[in-house]
Amino acid sequence: MSDLPLIQADRAVPPPAAATSKGGRGRRLRLLSRTDRVVITLMVLVPLLLVVALVWLPAAATVLLSGTDWDGIGPIGEIDWVGLKNYDDVVNIYPPFVPAVQNNLLWLAALFVVATPFGMFLAVLLDKELRGSRFYQTALYLPVVLSLALIGFVWQLIYSRDQGLLNAVLGTNTDWYGDPNVNIWAVLFAAGWRHVGYIMLLYLAGLKGVDPSLREAAAVDGASEPATFFRVVFPVMRPINIIVLVVTVIESLRAFDLVWVINKGRNGLELLSALVTSNVVGEASRIGFGSALATIMLVVSLVFITVYLTTVMREDRR
Amino acid sequence: MSRPRTQAEYLARLVPPSVAGLNRRSLLAGAAGTGALLGTGLLAGCGGSDDDSGADAKTVSVGSNQSDPKPKDVIAKVMDGYKTSSGVTVNVNTVDHNTFQENINNYLQGKPDDVFMWFAGYRMRFFASKGLAGDVSDVWSKLNGYSDAFKKASTGDDGKQYFVPASYYPWAVFYRKSVWQQRGYQVPTTLDQLTTLSAQMKKDGLTPIAFADKDGWPAMGTFDILNLRINGYQFHVDLMAGKEAWTSDKVKKVFDTWAGLLPIHQPDSLGRTWQEAAQSLQQKKSGMYLLGLFVAQQFNADEQDDLDFFTFPEIDPSIGAKALDAPIDGYMMARKPKSEGAAKKLLEYVGSKDAANIVVKNDPSTLVANTGADTSGYTALQKKAAELVGSATEIAQFLDRDTRPDFASTVIIPAIQQFIKNPKDISGLLTSIENQKKSIFTE
Repeated sequence: MSDLPLIQADRAVPPPAAATSKGGRGRRLRLLSRTDRVVITLMVLVPLLLVVALVWLPAAATVLLSGTDWDGIGPIGEIDWVGLKNYDDVVNIYPPFVPAVQNNLLWLAALFVVATPFGMFLAVLLDKELRGSRFYQTALYLPVVLSLALIGFVWQLIYSRDQGLLNAVLGTNTDWYGDPNVNIWAVLFAAGWRHVGYIMLLYLAGLKGVDPSLREAAAVDGASEPATFFRVVFPVMRPINIIVLVVTVIESLRAFDLVWVINKGRNGLELLSALVTSNVVGEASRIGFGSALATIMLVVSLVFITVYLTTVMREDRR
Repeated sequence: MSRPRTQAEYLARLVPPSVAGLNRRSLLAGAAGTGALLGTGLLAGCGGSDDDSGADAKTVSVGSNQSDPKPKDVIAKVMDGYKTSSGVTVNVNTVDHNTFQENINNYLQGKPDDVFMWFAGYRMRFFASKGLAGDVSDVWSKLNGYSDAFKKASTGDDGKQYFVPASYYPWAVFYRKSVWQQRGYQVPTTLDQLTTLSAQMKKDGLTPIAFADKDGWPAMGTFDILNLRINGYQFHVDLMAGKEAWTSDKVKKVFDTWAGLLPIHQPDSLGRTWQEAAQSLQQKKSGMYLLGLFVAQQFNADEQDDLDFFTFPEIDPSIGAKALDAPIDGYMMARKPKSEGAAKKLLEYVGSKDAANIVVKNDPSTLVANTGADTSGYTALQKKAAELVGSATEIAQFLDRDTRPDFASTVIIPAIQQFIKNPKDISGLLTSIENQKKSIFTE
């Protein structure tokens, strides 16, 4: 019953008279001129339209198309509706699907457990102002800058079975790209190589921003180097940590370029993104089927995005 | 500043003098306006490029997928030849070969060039039946020098012609003459002879048959030739058209035979490109290689004469060894060219023996489709290849040109790679292919 007075107070307010309302609007008019309102409307509308047109409409269209068997040719009116058949096909008769899901998860695990921590570790080392740290920094960041085609070529030179550097040095005959038990690890190494540099740079930027007095205080208190990092620096870097985490998840979900360059995501290198592309893009044009795969990918991404957003929002509220 | 307020004045002070002359809001409005203009500009740009749509038959455009330097040069020379003979300028838009192929659906539905380069076979018939290509039957009534096989390969499902053949290349088993002479190898004419020869090559320290399938398509050639030898051309056509079951004993026999031959193929093929496999032949590490005539690209100029080939040996005497894969490249017309007359005149020229003569003079790696062309400039290898195709009873186009592209790329490629990985579970594999085929071939 405690909220009763509130309700009463609410009701106690007399319905606004016509005159008052007019006066109110008039006052607002004076606060926001016509130009103001036009500019504000534009500033809200333009980004909104862009987001709707470039993100939401295509996403909705993908979901809709996943229920059709459209081959990308002919008017939209002639598209046949096939219901959930595409999803049924994806799960039951499309052999690359299960390996693709497994590989995406493996990718996430490898980047999260190995590449990201290693990149952070390198950043901490480079932050120590070693001699030639600029050189190391450039060398480690280079893979991120190199063009995709070049990266594919570089690794082809290293991994090629007959002519590659790795087999020549090790004296082995391993089929790094062709053996489906080996190639995913070879590619994960190449992907990690690039990811480490990316994370390193992000983290290094964050480390440079940490107030030096915090470290001095920790040193004065007699904290060891690791303790200073884990107890003081790491918690302070929370915003960067979250960015690094998000980057890792995004990178593993949209992992695509390397496997596509190597063998178009076949034979042990299946990834959801590569399957979507090979079905939708190109001559194949199984747009309905590919859209079903894309929708599955969207749902998987949504799970991660939801978890991330709820965590961030909950902590921000705190 | 129309309404001086303390906050506004404070903000105004932050504006650098160079832009202070501009009102803050008009700046924003201007930015929004510019954005809108850019937006519409871009959109207009997407639909544009038809400014020269007038019936000006003085120019005609060609979409070319011949992006490698050599073939690109040849196309340019052919188009120059057309300009000299007709006075019409040809604008060639060259697009990277694979990109052209991957964008073909959008390209043809958008504003394609008047004439574009494409492939014979299902891939041509598909676009013809979708109404995305122009009927060129009346061009064919003026063309001379084409065999019936080529005319058939240019004909759509409705019996009209949609394609003008320009060049082709056969698939065969290539080898180095010097290696074979040195070791005294004989060309095998039956499967048994091939396996005996391979056993001998293994003894001599050679890999009998070079093999690569990293890119997914080269092994289709092996499947095709085995299928043609075991089940014949008509079965190939029906299987590709989705009319025959992949689970049938006939297909199973093809894979069984292939599984028996895998030990004489180069191992670990899934990590190797065809270029690397061809180089193993070039370096005399492999004895043979089943590939298209383009294998010659991987050989040095002074080694070209050392390269020879034979057609894949007979497996079933009642079928023989006369059919083969010989993909044909050529030209098609857009559904609505800017000037149909100009486009057809160009097609007539590229199908003529004059154009073929230009190609013969400039490109030793393909064969011209027009038999009226002067082929005295052919290399020995080209002459032999032309003879081989000329004596073929049936010419198939290659697996991914004879069937739906979606079926070839998303079902067959992974399936064949799966087979190479694990040749034991053939019936499981074929069931999987058949299930996917039923889902794709719905019409």
